[in-house]
Amino acid sequence: MDFLHFISANRQQVLELTLEHITLAGVSTLIAALIGIPLGIVITRVPSLSKPIIGSANIIQTIPSLALFGFLLPAPWIGERATRLAILALALYGLLPLIRNTYAGIRGVDAGVVEAARAMGLTDRQLLFQVELPLASGVIVAGLRIAVVLSIGLATIAAAIGAGGLGEFIFRGLAMVNNQLILAGAIPAALLALAADFLLGLCERSLNARSRS
Amino acid sequence: MPPSANAAPAIEFDRVFFALDGRPLLENLNFSVRQDETLVLLGRSGSGKTTTLKLINRLLVPTEGEVRVSRRSTEEWDPIRLRRSIGYVIQDGGLFPHFSVERNIALVPRIEGWDEGRIRARVRELLDLVGLEPSLASRYPNELSGGQRQRVGVARALAADPPILILDEALSALDPLTRAETQKEFRALQKRMRKAVVFVTHDLREALFMADIVALMETGRIVVNLPVAEFSRSQHQLVRAYMEAFSGLTEAR
Repeated sequence: MDFLHFISANRQQVLELTLEHITLAGVSTLIAALIGIPLGIVITRVPSLSKPIIGSANIIQTIPSLALFGFLLPAPWIGERATRLAILALALYGLLPLIRNTYAGIRGVDAGVVEAARAMGLTDRQLLFQVELPLASGVIVAGLRIAVVLSIGLATIAAAIGAGGLGEFIFRGLAMVNNQLILAGAIPAALLALAADFLLGLCERSLNARSRS
Repeated sequence: MPPSANAAPAIEFDRVFFALDGRPLLENLNFSVRQDETLVLLGRSGSGKTTTLKLINRLLVPTEGEVRVSRRSTEEWDPIRLRRSIGYVIQDGGLFPHFSVERNIALVPRIEGWDEGRIRARVRELLDLVGLEPSLASRYPNELSGGQRQRVGVARALAADPPILILDEALSALDPLTRAETQKEFRALQKRMRKAVVFVTHDLREALFMADIVALMETGRIVVNLPVAEFSRSQHQLVRAYMEAFSGLTEAR
């Protein structure tokens, strides 16, 4: 039980890095949501934009994460700036699931319901906020769930550019060929991802129960 | 009814053509519906009935000609105001699945800014009018039967007391018994409400029962447009075909 000993001996640092990790993943997903959900809505209104926007988000997704961190790091920057860069990179990765799910969620709302709403004289804004977004919310939360889990996983790589998080342990462990250190980073990161997945899964299910016709 | 009110057409189609991507869907529609009248648009699927309805509440605008509602061209109307003055019921009600019965019915009054007390009273009144228990108000559409959903759909369409009501195959999803019952109730309701009603159906029997006037549509045209009593006696080929298909079905048993 060397691993547990290691964790308890270093719990202060484990806790610190976990909090850093949560901040990286949380803030980046929040930014991805603030950009991705509105973009997803826009492309349901302007269908000609849907291909270029989803295509760009797709391309971002294909860039290997280490390379993306590298691209955003032309100079050996340190401290706060590294954190900001890591958040930016993670937010870019989170865009695709949020744009795509928002778009698919709104497009998937029963056409009869949308038509009834328009026929009863709802304005575009009322249609969006009272009908489309509430009915798409389960699918949008599913996108959020993918984005969060993705971000928690990728945030371990942020340590490569000095942005902190549980990746610190992993990179240090790799350098020192120390499995306990690697596990001290990997296991909490995996637990975080599972917990986020579980909680948002509950949220998704309750939203879907509501919107079922 | 004073004659002057009878004379005022609530809906008028004046040489209306409609084409989509160059393909003509409706050709030369001419008809009018008076304030206390029920016009049934009868026809098979694809004959243009639903497209015709959508021209009334400006979900579509004519390619040529003019649709007038309360004597104003639909293109002069603010579409939001126009639609809020027309109740609309579709198959299975078109209810919002995430809204309770109460919120569904209160939709238009609420966006029109009625005060909550008045909305509550109106919802109670409407539930009673369409024959639903007040206790259903807090239920969601997926907790109702098809017939109940349809009644809620009618109550929602009537909520802000619009002068015009349009119904698109509104009863077609119901089982035969519930359907017959709802037809009777709706007919009785209409006698009291005196609204201008346009009712779309593919069912001859329903058309004959609900209508004051029957307009038979075929490939985007109105081929027969007659008061219901004259309609069933019409010698028009298509009317005869409908009548025979209907009676043939009964005799075949």
